Amino acid sequence: MMNSLNFPILSMITYLPLAGILVICMIDSKRLQLIRWVAFGTAVVTFLVSLPLYFMFDNGTWEMQFVEDVPWVSQFAIHYHMGIDGISLLLVLLTTFLTALAILSTWTAVTERVKGYMVSLLFLETGMIGVFCALDFVLFYVFWEVMLIPMYFIIGIWGGPRRIYAAVKFFIYTMSGSVLMLVAILVLYFMHFKATGTYTFDILDYYNLGLPGNIQMWLFLAFFVAFAIKVPMFPFHTWLPDAHVEAPTAGSVILAGVLLKMGIYGFLRFCLPIFPQATINFVPIVLALSVVGIIYGAMVSIAQDDIKKLVAYSSVSHLGYCMLGMFALNTDGLKGSMIQMINHGLSTGALFLIVGMLYERRHTRLISEYGGIMKVMPAFAALFLLVALSSMGVPGLNGFVGELLILIGAFKSSLGYGLVATIGLILGAVYLLWMYKRVMYGQITKAENQGLKDMTGREYAYLLPIVLFIVWIGVYPKPFLKTMDASVDHLLEMVNPQTTAHLDGAKPSWLNNVFARVDLQQVAKGQGR
Amino acid sequence: METILSIKPLLAVLASLLAVPLILGTGNRPNVREFWSILAGVLKFSIVMSMAPAILSGHTIEYTLVSGFYQGIDIKFRVDAFGLLFATVSSFLWIVTTCYSIGYMRAGKEHAQTRYYSCFAVSLSATMGVAFSANLVTLFVFYEILSLATVPLVGHKETPEAIEGAKKYFLYLLGMSKTFLLSGIIIVYMVAGTTDFQRHGLLSNQPGSWLLFVGFFLFLFGFAKGAVMPFHNWLPSAMVAPTPVSALLHAVAVVKVGVFSILRVVFNVYGIDLMSRINLGFAAAYVVSFTIITASIIALTKDNLKARLAYSTVSQLSYVILGAVLLTPSGMVGGIIHIANHAFSKITLFFCAGSLYCSAHKTEISQLSGIGKRMPWTMAAFFIASLSMIGVPPAAGFTTKWFLALGSIEAHSVPILMVLLVSTVLNAAYFLPITYKAFFEKDKDAAAVAHAGDEPHEDIREIKMVVVPLVLTATISLLIGIFPDYFLSLAKEVIR
Repeated sequence: MMNSLNFPILSMITYLPLAGILVICMIDSKRLQLIRWVAFGTAVVTFLVSLPLYFMFDNGTWEMQFVEDVPWVSQFAIHYHMGIDGISLLLVLLTTFLTALAILSTWTAVTERVKGYMVSLLFLETGMIGVFCALDFVLFYVFWEVMLIPMYFIIGIWGGPRRIYAAVKFFIYTMSGSVLMLVAILVLYFMHFKATGTYTFDILDYYNLGLPGNIQMWLFLAFFVAFAIKVPMFPFHTWLPDAHVEAPTAGSVILAGVLLKMGIYGFLRFCLPIFPQATINFVPIVLALSVVGIIYGAMVSIAQDDIKKLVAYSSVSHLGYCMLGMFALNTDGLKGSMIQMINHGLSTGALFLIVGMLYERRHTRLISEYGGIMKVMPAFAALFLLVALSSMGVPGLNGFVGELLILIGAFKSSLGYGLVATIGLILGAVYLLWMYKRVMYGQITKAENQGLKDMTGREYAYLLPIVLFIVWIGVYPKPFLKTMDASVDHLLEMVNPQTTAHLDGAKPSWLNNVFARVDLQQVAKGQGR
Repeated sequence: METILSIKPLLAVLASLLAVPLILGTGNRPNVREFWSILAGVLKFSIVMSMAPAILSGHTIEYTLVSGFYQGIDIKFRVDAFGLLFATVSSFLWIVTTCYSIGYMRAGKEHAQTRYYSCFAVSLSATMGVAFSANLVTLFVFYEILSLATVPLVGHKETPEAIEGAKKYFLYLLGMSKTFLLSGIIIVYMVAGTTDFQRHGLLSNQPGSWLLFVGFFLFLFGFAKGAVMPFHNWLPSAMVAPTPVSALLHAVAVVKVGVFSILRVVFNVYGIDLMSRINLGFAAAYVVSFTIITASIIALTKDNLKARLAYSTVSQLSYVILGAVLLTPSGMVGGIIHIANHAFSKITLFFCAGSLYCSAHKTEISQLSGIGKRMPWTMAAFFIASLSMIGVPPAAGFTTKWFLALGSIEAHSVPILMVLLVSTVLNAAYFLPITYKAFFEKDKDAAAVAHAGDEPHEDIREIKMVVVPLVLTATISLLIGIFPDYFLSLAKEVIR
């Protein structure tokens, strides 16, 4: 395959955090500062090692790159198969980037059981990168479940007052989704044997299987629930606010920044290419749920009096946009959905970091406890405003790029949903700016707020890199978008020929591809007529 | 006609943006701080004017900032006659307003002047950006930056009323642009695959459809800065801002960005062909005619001077749109030059309102009896500007009315002609009494005080820094009535 290094770079990135864990385990648990630096160092090294992925990535192909494929459990045909394409590349980079910053943000926030905390965060990183790189169902499932455990501990041990409730809820929700997914994977495994006579867990082998329609529907549904819980889509979102509010800052950042993306990634990697028929049948339902999620998430955000809860519910709304863009099933929508995942990771990650900064100073997250903070923390106010503007999609910042593409996609596929989704944009502005106004503007009414210190050097160190990308993507998104082109086109080809085939089975398949593309453009033009 | 590649448009945008750090850095030395504003203003105006010869001879100037923002979308500047006309007006008036601001802000001992001047500079950059945008997406970017940068100006006083006004201002502008405008842009992109402005309209070859018909109204209302009813409410609320802000932003930059953008859509996106083919011209003309008449009637009922001016602005902005959507040569020329004519006259009126407030602390029209004798320059300028608003020759507004009336005749539309006539009468009815009151009515309070044998009145004196700019703009609004060549030739270049 293309540009495969003679070097297992993906495995190295995935397991580097484990090496860090080994080192940390050998350190005396009282030497907090050393543990922190080792953890941070490991994360930074992981990020640096992951950078070559971007620079050596071949934008011209949709095929998997940096592939590693060795038999693992040969009697069940399980392989250790890793590789990335344009869909997973940016997500891997986002993971390594955010983990490093999240670790840096815990210096003063977590002072108890630091060793365990750092071990959990690094372990989580391994799981997350593994999920994005795995190309074998079993391997994927292992990483998917591995990720759950450290997150459970992070919420349950270092979380807020209701942490046990939140952790258990998080675990049960995600677990029930995973079980459904496991069943579906096994069914697929046997279906594949029935169809071809060979056993395989290789995800790519399932892409052109052509399963019968009704089976596709049931399997799609199983995967759908698993991923919809993870996204989370309305009405599977209720674990999210609890988990976010109780999790410590670094946990929230990773939860929002990366874990939620796994749901979307799951749709892109599994649901769309393996069950194209079912995907198309489910489009109306998914679009409707996405739009409901967008509006509902935004409305609930407006009503929150806890800053962190507000940001948590805003994720429901933002992820609704990602789903909307994806199920528009056209290039613009898909690309928008993918870039919006990165944007949401950056903006919402930064918002959680900002909430964390406020919380560390005042130990409360109630909006009513603040007010007039701008007067004592001017630099913080400026960065907070920038991040809030990015989250609500002001042109010139990253959120706008994602929103624009998603809306273009949505409008092309359905004018009605597109128009409703734009209403969500206003609501987004309303809750963010209203919150900003209540927290930052006005007079300082609480005496405790009088002496708050502005941002420290370390806080700048973990916020400014995010801000850099927020502006970069907003002004010049091309370097990010171009990595997706080939993979997105290929994904659409896989989904769309099936529709045409369904409607008109007589044409040879290559012709279908051609027609599928033409059809899409006709759809766009047709809307215009 | 050829295209010149030049960095000048970017420089014009950046000139005031680069002044922001300097303004912030010298916040504790007011004289130096204001020097930067004026310097940036002069620089910006010179850059804009240096592009005029090329544009007047039929060229366009382009500069691509980010190519390939997305397929078919660049972040790009393109200077044509229409953009230049708007840029000339707003960059020139920025210099004048800065001088006026110095007088006004210092006389009123306003707080947070550094923030004020820096936001002003950002707003001007955004305005230039809108004027020179080469496509809808670039325009949208600067449009939103302008909304953001002007919020602190509207809420400058930080009183509950000001905060409320700023909130309303922001929600209206942002909300409308995010829902309607963005939808409109996406529809255009969907249909045409790009959003670039083209001389005779990007969509002019497209078959008409209900989608494009609806799309146009998404633009008309989405550019809420143009204050077409029923989305005009932010404008009167924004009058809580200090007067120089109302003057520049709500007579020139912000509202004109709204109508400018709408006209851009009419000329360079939809194109006159398509507009007339799907009867959009008439549909839009009736919508804005309603605004013209209704806003004028509401203006009659307002006693607060700035509120009356605000509603007059709502009404006058629709003149600009009306001219364009008449889709006849004279009508369009009338609409385009009204951007300039209204700017000079209305800014004069606002300056006068500010002068009255600074020197005499008068905000209501009923308090103005006899003020003309104490503040002759201010009220004389006010009179000239109101003549221009009404459309009395030789003031600037007459040129507009002339071309608009010609346009409506060319369009064979008697109802529109009636609208123009009725609104002229209404204009006269709400402007002339103010001047009459100021010069011919006796100040009852003063008379009462004088009768009691005390000092005649507290000392009302005009402030030089305030009066010079307003006399200047009043003079210009006379001059461009008598010599309308520069703006007329630009306007004719636009519709050529």
